[in-house]
Amino acid sequence: MEPDQNAVPPGSLPPEKTEARRASSPRRANGLRSALQPALRWETGLAIAAVAVVVFGALTSSQFLTSGNFFNMGVSSGEIAIMALPMTLIIISGEIDLSVASILGMSSAMLGFLWSKHWPILAIFVVLAVLGVVAGLFNGLLVTRVGLPSLAVTIGTLGLYRGIALIILGSNTVSNFPAPYNRIGVNPIPHTNIPYSVAIFIVLAVIFGVVLHATATGRSIYAMGASPEAALFAGIRVKRVKTMLFVVSGVVCSMAGALWTFRLSTAVWNNAIGVELSVVAVVLLAGVSIFGGKGSIIGVVLAVIVFAGLQNALLLTNFNQEATGIVTGGLLLISVFVPNAAALLGRARGLAISRRPAPRSAIGAANE
Amino acid sequence: MTGSVKRALWAPAVLLVASATLAACSSSSSTSASSSTSASSSASSASSSSAAAGLKTGLKVFVIPKNLGNPYFTTADSVQSGGALAALSQLGESGSETSGTAATPASQLPAIQAAITKGANVLIVSATDPSALCPTLQSAMAKGITVVTYDSDAPTCRNMFINQASTAEIGTSEVDVLAKQINSSGDIAIVSAAASATNQNAWIGYMKQQLKKYPNMHLVSTVYGNDDPTTATQVTQGLLQHYPNLKGIISPTTVGILAAAQVLDTAKYRGKIALTGLGTPDSLKKFVADGTVQSFELWNPANLGYLAGYAAVNLASKKITNSAGQSFTAGKLGSFTVGADSTVLLGPPFVFTKANINQFNF
Repeated sequence: MEPDQNAVPPGSLPPEKTEARRASSPRRANGLRSALQPALRWETGLAIAAVAVVVFGALTSSQFLTSGNFFNMGVSSGEIAIMALPMTLIIISGEIDLSVASILGMSSAMLGFLWSKHWPILAIFVVLAVLGVVAGLFNGLLVTRVGLPSLAVTIGTLGLYRGIALIILGSNTVSNFPAPYNRIGVNPIPHTNIPYSVAIFIVLAVIFGVVLHATATGRSIYAMGASPEAALFAGIRVKRVKTMLFVVSGVVCSMAGALWTFRLSTAVWNNAIGVELSVVAVVLLAGVSIFGGKGSIIGVVLAVIVFAGLQNALLLTNFNQEATGIVTGGLLLISVFVPNAAALLGRARGLAISRRPAPRSAIGAANE
Repeated sequence: MTGSVKRALWAPAVLLVASATLAACSSSSSTSASSSTSASSSASSASSSSAAAGLKTGLKVFVIPKNLGNPYFTTADSVQSGGALAALSQLGESGSETSGTAATPASQLPAIQAAITKGANVLIVSATDPSALCPTLQSAMAKGITVVTYDSDAPTCRNMFINQASTAEIGTSEVDVLAKQINSSGDIAIVSAAASATNQNAWIGYMKQQLKKYPNMHLVSTVYGNDDPTTATQVTQGLLQHYPNLKGIISPTTVGILAAAQVLDTAKYRGKIALTGLGTPDSLKKFVADGTVQSFELWNPANLGYLAGYAAVNLASKKITNSAGQSFTAGKLGSFTVGADSTVLLGPPFVFTKANINQFNF
């Protein structure tokens, strides 16, 4: 792309180049703001949904608004919420990590194995951190350096890491963890009613929120998700940042493995099997575009509240558990459909006005 | 019946509410919230005579199987099959079934926690894991909730365990069942699961002991199918080739007995080599019908649930304690005595034959 093409009216450019030009032009800030507009509206809707879930829960069960129930709600979804944070950054950057629950399982198996070999707990944590780094780095390098699509890579490592978990621990179950650790599923942080996992989620949400919304790295994550080529031309080290994101995801998921293991006081190879789909569901419910470039941490926090609150409220109201899948699945469909419906409507309107062949939408272009 | 209809209606109702709120239109969830409390109390029946015998009524009892949508537990729990909820209904308790959709502790725990939050008096739990549920079950007991496990135990984290069958009885009775089919003579073999499986080896130990009573029956080989259909099929075929005079096979594993039945289901072997063991009725109906299998064993899950219901209510009513020697009556099943380790044994394994197999769906 030549620099002088900036002078050409946008409409006459091929769609991909329009995208690239928009992202790298001086009017980028303006474009970003307008790109954030629908996201902000989405979060308003989510906030209302969160309030509605709380009202729904309070009206259907007198126990919903008790502190004990808030503890249960938080402790049941803590690890999913924590894993949703790095997943948000990865999806905004235009990639995906489906191996998160398998990294959790591998970490859990390693924790159980080393504990059964009488390793001190601190040394085990170091090993888990290293394990997370290696698992994330492997994902990241395959995606960025080898250039494979992250969907395929992480479906592969989803199986690979789960298989390693099975090799590490076999069919054994390790459960003799010491008391302060194996009570985190029932005991809150002393003098509060906050589960440990929720406290960790809050701290991490602040950190991820600052990085994503208030640093150059955060802006570069949006940019590479909106248009990888443009981000590259703008001098962003796309591969390095994406690799880092996978590494961060690996470490966070590995630590979530320790939380999961202690909460259930059980290390077993199939811990959290299938949970990656709940993590992705929360992130998409948060309004993060599966095609990258859009989303916010506050959305994720709200989505966690809706997700955890709804599941808990349904449990308390004798709602058939088999049907909660319908509700969470329905929520997910709505969360994907509504923003895209707006885009489709907008495209249809644009088509009617210009009477020209429809330019590919941002969604279609990023999907290539 | 009405409960499930009500639940079925709930799904679209909540979905509508969720979609309405997500679209940021309104928060009108209050309208659909009114009828939820009646679901759990629908099972009360006034005809209970045992209520007079010093048992509390109106207890909030939650039956929490390993997972929902599992035919085995549906049989164990439901009113229609005469399971745990039927027993609770007879006793005038407010019973309801809840659990997760996957048979994992992470899926089962929120249901247990919610039951505790909802003010449960009694939990009847089939533990997805012997240790993972412990902290939660212990905190329930600390709150005065009676915790009874059935089908799968969580030792040290419950007041009582309802055991479906004893190791000794499974081992010895399978030899007896096979002996009856082959006139107590001939070569026999065992198709087990994994060589390391504790329960399998314990059963096989009792089988060998029981075989001493049948001097004309000879155990020629024990092979391991690892609970994998392909492997189990291969090792069974290997047995038939190596031991042409084989008269009978015992497979104390549901996967093994099914694989063996498929191998034996040919004109060459049908009726000539007897097969028995532990199996589920649904998987073996076809082979019982065509004569490949005459009879096999398992326990009756409905009776297991029914007994758990009665035991739990007796315990929660302080009619009995959980110490050995205490006895109580469990409705149609008669009298039971608490054994060692606060365990109540359902009884000898249930024998499925052509005559009764069609009553079961799991």
